[in-house]
Amino acid sequence: MSQAVNPISRTQNAINDWIRDWGRVVVESVTAIGAFAHFVLRTWAWMFTRPPRRETILPNFYQVGVQSLPVIALTGTFIGMVLAVQSFAQFEQLGLESQMGAVITMTLVRELGPVLAAVMLAGRVGSAMAAELGTMRVTEQIDALASMGSNPIHYLVVPRFLACLMMIPALTIMADFMGVAGGHFFSVFVYGVDSHHYWSNARDFVGVFDIMSGVFKSIFFGAAIAMVSCYQGFHCAPGAEGVGQAATKSFVYSFIVILIMDLLIGIAVEAIYQSIWPDGPRLF
Amino acid sequence: MAAEDDALVEVQRVSVQFGSQRILRDISLRIPRGQTVVLIGESGCGKSVLMKSIIGLVKPASGRVEFDKRDMHSLNDKELSRERKRFGFVFQNAALFDSMTVGQNVAFPLKQHAGYSHAQIEELVISKLAEVGLPRTVILKKPAELSGGMRKRVGLARALMLNPELVVYDEPTTGLDPIMSDVINELILRTRRNNPVTSIVVTHDMHTARKVADRVVMIYPLVRLDEGEDQVLYDGPPEEMDDCRDRRVRQFVHGEAGERLMEMSLEDTSV
Repeated sequence: MSQAVNPISRTQNAINDWIRDWGRVVVESVTAIGAFAHFVLRTWAWMFTRPPRRETILPNFYQVGVQSLPVIALTGTFIGMVLAVQSFAQFEQLGLESQMGAVITMTLVRELGPVLAAVMLAGRVGSAMAAELGTMRVTEQIDALASMGSNPIHYLVVPRFLACLMMIPALTIMADFMGVAGGHFFSVFVYGVDSHHYWSNARDFVGVFDIMSGVFKSIFFGAAIAMVSCYQGFHCAPGAEGVGQAATKSFVYSFIVILIMDLLIGIAVEAIYQSIWPDGPRLF
Repeated sequence: MAAEDDALVEVQRVSVQFGSQRILRDISLRIPRGQTVVLIGESGCGKSVLMKSIIGLVKPASGRVEFDKRDMHSLNDKELSRERKRFGFVFQNAALFDSMTVGQNVAFPLKQHAGYSHAQIEELVISKLAEVGLPRTVILKKPAELSGGMRKRVGLARALMLNPELVVYDEPTTGLDPIMSDVINELILRTRRNNPVTSIVVTHDMHTARKVADRVVMIYPLVRLDEGEDQVLYDGPPEEMDDCRDRRVRQFVHGEAGERLMEMSLEDTSV
């Protein structure tokens, strides 16, 4: 026996479903943001309450800093060389090959160096952190830590956070340096650009402010990578699938946060630049 | 009455919920000092959740858990860390830190909380491992190189390192052969004999329950209970479990599937 469904009640049901679904999405999003903010605040609170022990902090500094150096240096070198390849044809047509030093160096120190170092760190270190902490969560090692009177945030998150925060400026400087070297190598030795003009143009256009703004930006990227990755690891779903998802999410979310922060900090840095040097050249 | 007043753990009308799923409803339990309480019940009934809420790892939706008269869930991070030094927790799969050696695992609580020298820590680790029947040669091994029984014993040694007042065992014999299960049971008894500890053992191994319990508490899955029915089906000495009036308790104790077989056959016919 099929009954005729009132079209008005069907529409009402559809609207109710729509409101309920969106309501759930909003509530879940707000809850997730709140939980993340609480996690960040607890990490900050523990960082200032009691400094982490040397034996927990040194391995993290080694993993984040020393072990990331080769991949960051390699990325920086190749990006510098690719920039030279991409820009040479354009600049040659205008007869401005000697300006390549300024463009490559500026692009690297203000933008590509910090962002690429951060993306490499998110991929190499962030995912590994999320997977490691996720496995510890799934196998109850984090519960074991808590049950023995150690605070898991103090023991596991604070050292990783400090390592990312303190090592990423060094990695960014390394990416900048290798990129500039790679760009110079390709421009001078492959395309035959005059080395003296290459450097003098780079020196004229790129100042300490530009280098420092990139390094400054990277500190925020490092903090975001550590927080996002540790949060994903701590809130990992059960099983191998959960650990895999935590690692993937940690990279994707870190990448999105890096891009958003890059834009916001870029706008803020430009505003600061304009207020200090109102007659200076506009960079953006 | 004196023992009643001297409760080390008091659980008062505790309910736990994960998302929309209710696990525990209004559970109350009083554990006097020195008693060994065995929590039994079928898989998924909430035994481990109850135990984790006792030591503050799971926050109840309502109710109160007192440890030595202090509400565990009103403590801040620092106070909770301090109280937890008074617990020893033996996890189902031992939960050893796989990045550390056995020696580092057992020494971990001492390094975190006690100001011992390196030599003192090494001596204490060796003696604690000997207590659970493990030779000093295991110290340099990684947890992955150990058998299940050895991992459980290392977990026990680690849990006992700070001489806790309350030792909690989560499924201590699950996954072990009968002989190793009995070794673990003997270790639980020996621990109680050697130290004045209160113990909570979560298990569905009736041999363990009969051997180590002063008191047995059986909880039942909430989804199988009627509204308003008490989730604790049995709370008494192990000797009286077999004669319990509740059919569900007898069924569990004797390992009988009962009406669950009916559920299976119904599912079969519906396919």
